[in-house]
Amino acid sequence: MSTLDETEVAERGAPALEQADRIALFRFMALQRAVEERGLSLYKQGKVPGSFYDGRGQEATCVGATYALDAADTVCPLIRDMGAHLVRGTTPLAILAHYLGRAGGVGRGRDGNVHIGEASRGVVGMTSMLSDMLGVAVGMALAFKLRGERRCALAFFGDGATSVGDWHEAVNFAAVQDVPLVMVLENNGYAYSTPTSAQFKVDPLQRAAAYGIRGVAVDGNDVEAVFEATREARARALAGGGPTLIAAETMRMHGHGSHDDARYVPPELLEYWAARDPLDLQRRRLVELGVDVAAIEAAVTAEVAAAAQAAVAMGAPDPASATTGVYATGEPAVLGRGEAHWSGFCS
Amino acid sequence: MQLTYLEAITDALRCALRDDERVFLLGEDIGVMGGAFKVTAGLFDEFGPDRVIDTPISEEAIVGGAVGAAIVGMRPVCEMQFADFVACGFDQLVNVAGKLHYRLGLAAPIVLRLPSGGGVAGGPYHSANPEAWFVHAPGLKVVAPSTAEDAKGLLLAAIADPNPVVFMEHKGLYRRVRGEVPEEPYETPFEARTVRDGDELVVITYGAMVHAALAAIEQLDGASIRLLDLRSLEPLDEEAILAAARDCSKVVIVDEANYSCAIGAQVSSLIAERAFEDLDGPIIRVATPDVPIPFAPELERAVLPSVERIRAACEELLAY
Repeated sequence: MSTLDETEVAERGAPALEQADRIALFRFMALQRAVEERGLSLYKQGKVPGSFYDGRGQEATCVGATYALDAADTVCPLIRDMGAHLVRGTTPLAILAHYLGRAGGVGRGRDGNVHIGEASRGVVGMTSMLSDMLGVAVGMALAFKLRGERRCALAFFGDGATSVGDWHEAVNFAAVQDVPLVMVLENNGYAYSTPTSAQFKVDPLQRAAAYGIRGVAVDGNDVEAVFEATREARARALAGGGPTLIAAETMRMHGHGSHDDARYVPPELLEYWAARDPLDLQRRRLVELGVDVAAIEAAVTAEVAAAAQAAVAMGAPDPASATTGVYATGEPAVLGRGEAHWSGFCS
Repeated sequence: MQLTYLEAITDALRCALRDDERVFLLGEDIGVMGGAFKVTAGLFDEFGPDRVIDTPISEEAIVGGAVGAAIVGMRPVCEMQFADFVACGFDQLVNVAGKLHYRLGLAAPIVLRLPSGGGVAGGPYHSANPEAWFVHAPGLKVVAPSTAEDAKGLLLAAIADPNPVVFMEHKGLYRRVRGEVPEEPYETPFEARTVRDGDELVVITYGAMVHAALAAIEQLDGASIRLLDLRSLEPLDEEAILAAARDCSKVVIVDEANYSCAIGAQVSSLIAERAFEDLDGPIIRVATPDVPIPFAPELERAVLPSVERIRAACEELLAY
């Protein structure tokens, strides 16, 4: 797959999402929801060690943004971004096996829950320090710039992460170096139990302006809007226009983790956002186009059910492997290429 | 060629920048100014702003950025202006870089240069020897040269290593130590080096304390004292340490770092666990007490291990 010439994109105006794209966007969101629902059910059955976290209600942001990336771009997803992994090509089986701590899961039992990332697909698995990965993404983008490569890095983070000092260091460094970086703020209302109003007092776009970079707001529950904002930010980054902060408004519809009943969230807020469910929005679009959405959903359900069965049947990691692989030997592997689905890359 | 310890580090950086296009430097004031200690002097002019990058005062961004560049194929070498400031970049080093390979199978070949050590009236924030923090953290390597020749070879080996390496360069040695350094690039293995041989007692140390220990040993006429320079703190050359303990039966361990949980504590533990039967006396440790490094030269001299303290420790153990 080759990257579309960016000037060509600009001349064409807003690039059309073809019907296959609009279906794919829905399918990835449905896949994320199905994988996470299945993971939660495995957790409730006592099969998933530790705790369980999902991104219910935020599927549009991670799917729409990652769908705008080309194969050579790199991405740092965060807690609520399982859709990003699916778009890059990580399978439901590999994700479910990861939740279960199986040897065949992405983390090989070494890391679990949402700490997931297939390096071979250009994805860097997150740490628990929520702004770490932005600094890493800036470094990747800096390398692309130094080597004159037409690629970008994309990092997701939540509203809570923007309160951490190294988030500011990273944004500032990205700005002064003008690196090809797309930053996606998933403003989902709460950092664990702390509402956004206790995290910061400014509009995130003002923060972007304060660092001298471009900021755009987008409806984080509209997958096509997120795609378009990211595509535009990426094109700008590749053309030397520097980083963009995309502020996606969305809502965390579950607790921070499955151990958290989120009683601190007013019910009317959840009702407001439930009526703006990202899957419902895209489903309505597809129905208007005459797409058989039920068939897509049935296929997704069947795929995830089969993956769950296979994941549960997988073996546990060998305890003797626990002390191996702390250090790399030989020539290190670098990040690989992910899947790129947008028809604009294939045309 | 005769180079100072500092010039040997500069020479290693120049070799790496010249021979490997993946190598670039990140740090505060390392460009036009050539760094606070002039270690990178001339490199900006020779290699340009894309290879020698001045960063904002942002240690987390430096280390995190280095990790990001490394995982897409670069070989960043970062300078912390003083070793003390690595505390500001600790999270990226320990939580991201150190755990990366174990968690994700992804290597982070970065080097962090840490101008470390006391004796220069630097006070509590410009005198640290924080190497033990990084030995304790999984996934990092830590090396500490004591000579010009090792400074060049260990730095080139660190840059070639596929793992994050913390390079402790003692700023007290920068211009004080000079030696013959091969002109061509070479890599020094992460192993201990016997500085001088002996079989009555061994002094085990690294970094600037190698020179203090050597001066102390030279004052002890007639005693056969071995001096082992660890050079690499992680990995620790266990075989060389155990062999020295077995051969000499008496061990003095010197750290310039604070006493508790210093590298010397690990060396002491290793010998106690695996060479106990070979010892003819208690292990004696000489280190800086657990205090911040004070500013006034009188106070600093009162805490840093001196030639006299090392000599006294050796005399005490020889008489045991």
